Parts: sequence; C-alpha cells; structure tokens
Amino acid sequence: MSEEKTPQHLDPAAEKIRRRRSIAIALTLGFMVVAFYVATFVRLGGNVANGTL
Amino acid sequence: MTVQSEVGQADLAMEPSVGDFIQLMKPRVMTLVILTALAAMLAAPGHLHPVLGTIGIISIAIGAGASGALNMWYDADIDARMARTAARPLPRGRVTPEEALTFGGVLAVGSVLTLGVLVNWTAGALLGLTIAFYLFVYTMWLKRRTPHNIVIGGAAGAFPPMIGWAVATGDISLNSLLLFLIIFMWTPPHFWALALYRCRDYERVGVPMLPVVAGLHETRRQILFYSVLLVPLAIVPYFTGLGGIAYLVCTVALGIVFLGLAVRVYLTTEGREADAAARRLFWFSILYLYGLFAVLLVEATTSRLMA
Repeated sequence: MSEEKTPQHLDPAAEKIRRRRSIAIALTLGFMVVAFYVATFVRLGGNVANGTL
Repeated sequence: MTVQSEVGQADLAMEPSVGDFIQLMKPRVMTLVILTALAAMLAAPGHLHPVLGTIGIISIAIGAGASGALNMWYDADIDARMARTAARPLPRGRVTPEEALTFGGVLAVGSVLTLGVLVNWTAGALLGLTIAFYLFVYTMWLKRRTPHNIVIGGAAGAFPPMIGWAVATGDISLNSLLLFLIIFMWTPPHFWALALYRCRDYERVGVPMLPVVAGLHETRRQILFYSVLLVPLAIVPYFTGLGGIAYLVCTVALGIVFLGLAVRVYLTTEGREADAAARRLFWFSILYLYGLFAVLLVEATTSRLMA
C-alpha cells in the first residue's frame, strides 16, 4: 500500500520539498479566498441590507 | 549560457523549494517596495479601511515579487556570469526558466486583478503598468542597450508610493508624483555607486552600465549631479505638507551625509579607497531611502492615530 502512495522517482527529501510547496500553494489560495470574502463585506458595508430583491 | 548549463545540470534533479520561489521575488527589494507604498498610503488624505489597505499593500508586494521573478527569468543568462547574481535560483538550476516565467506571470496577473477588483482600478492599473514597465521597458529593452538603462528603468522602482497613494485615494496627486520623483532621482546614484565597484562584472556580460560605456570619471560626475538634485528634492514634501518637522530634520541630516559621500566618491578616484567610497555610498543610499520613508510612515501613523 505504502509503495503505491509514494512515487518511485521521488526520494524522501524531494517528496518533503514538494509537500511544503503544496502546503504553501494551499495557504496562498486559502488566503485569497478569505481576502475576497472579507473585502466583499467591507466594500458592501451596510449597503448589503439596502438591496432590493 | 555555458556557466548556467554547467552549474544547472548538477542541481536539476532537485525539487525547487518554497525558499527558491521566495528568492525569485527579490525579498530585499520587496521590503523597500512595501515601506514606500505603505508610507505613501498612510500619508495620503482620506479614510481607508484597514482590510482594504492590507490587501492593497500585499498586492503591491506580490506585484513587485512578480516583477523580480520575470526579471530573473529573462536575465538568467547574464545573472549566471555575474558574481552578485550567480547564486540566484535560475543560474543555480534550482528553478527552470519555465517555472520562473509561470510563477512570475501568475503572480503578476493575480496581484493586478486582486488590487483592481478589491481596492480600485487606478491602483490596479498603476501596478500593471509598473510590472510591464519593469519587464518590457527596463529588462527587455533598455538594460542591455543603453547606459541610461537605470535612469529610465528606475521609474519602475519609483511607482510603488504612487500605487500606495492610489490605494488610499483612488487617484494621482502632486504629492504622490513628488514621492515618485524622489525615488526616480535616487536610483541613478544608488545603482551607479554599485556599478562603480562592480564595473568588471557588467563589462564581462556586456551590460552597458554607465562606468563601462562612459568611464568612471563621467559616472562619478553623474552620481554627484543626481545627488545634488535628489537631496533638495527630498526636502520638498515638508513644504507641501506631506512631511512634518521630524521628516525635515531627518531628510536634511541624511541628505548632508548623502552629499558628503557623493562628493567623496567624486574626489576619490584611485585604488581601493575609490571602491570603498562607492560601496559606502551604495549602502548609505539604501539607508537614506529607508530613513526618508520610515520617518514619513511614523509621522503619518502618528497623525492618523491622534486624529
């Protein structure tokens, strides 16, 4: 099972570096999502209650 | 190219780390970009929500990083042959040109869109212009063709305070142009001081820096000329109301030292002393710009907190 999970061509050090890179990308994307979410609220402000349906 | 491929082969099997990508973004340049943009943003009039201000500064920093990565992608061949830049991720083969280009491109587009959509499009457009100017005008066009490369190319480094100002106000004003001009005038003495003692490096790779093309004497003369323009110009924000008394005192004090070092560079023309004088001016010029904008930042923050 463990052999299937770990690609043969990557040594453990390279695997570790790749994992860290993936985590950094995930954190960046997560930050983007939060930034857009919060900024939308800040920009809309109280006007969100004034919209007509 | 030979050096690049020889050095590159050894490390090609290595996975590029997060640190390699951070290095691609020229973190030291980025800190100066953040400081100048932040100082201008806080010194600008009007109220800005802290969340939008933070997003603005992060976008500007990422945009600056994108410029750095794209510059390293294009300049990998000459970087490999210069002592100062040979350890960068591309010459060492840690990152492939394709990875650097993709990384820089994604960050450039992402930062401009984020700034434009979430903050305002004046700031977004200025950031896009800055990245395009640095890549196409400076890196691709001027750097390898004219000794005035860094004079005109320096505009790219001078844009961040204008972008910071635009983040806060949504427009361009005389005061933001003034901050642009200060960095614009600062760039030639800063880079030419470096070029004076790295002259052989630039000569070897065929980059027509001023000392290579016009000689050391002319470079020293030009350094003094731009320093004489810069120091009084840096005092003007006090008179336009942008800077306060602390700014005036610091700018005058730092300016006197700057001029003194520029004069010493002009007068010391022989031997190791000449290199040492140029080196001193180079390092002090960084301190000078940090000092100016740090005082502006502290003053702006203080007056905002007390308002």
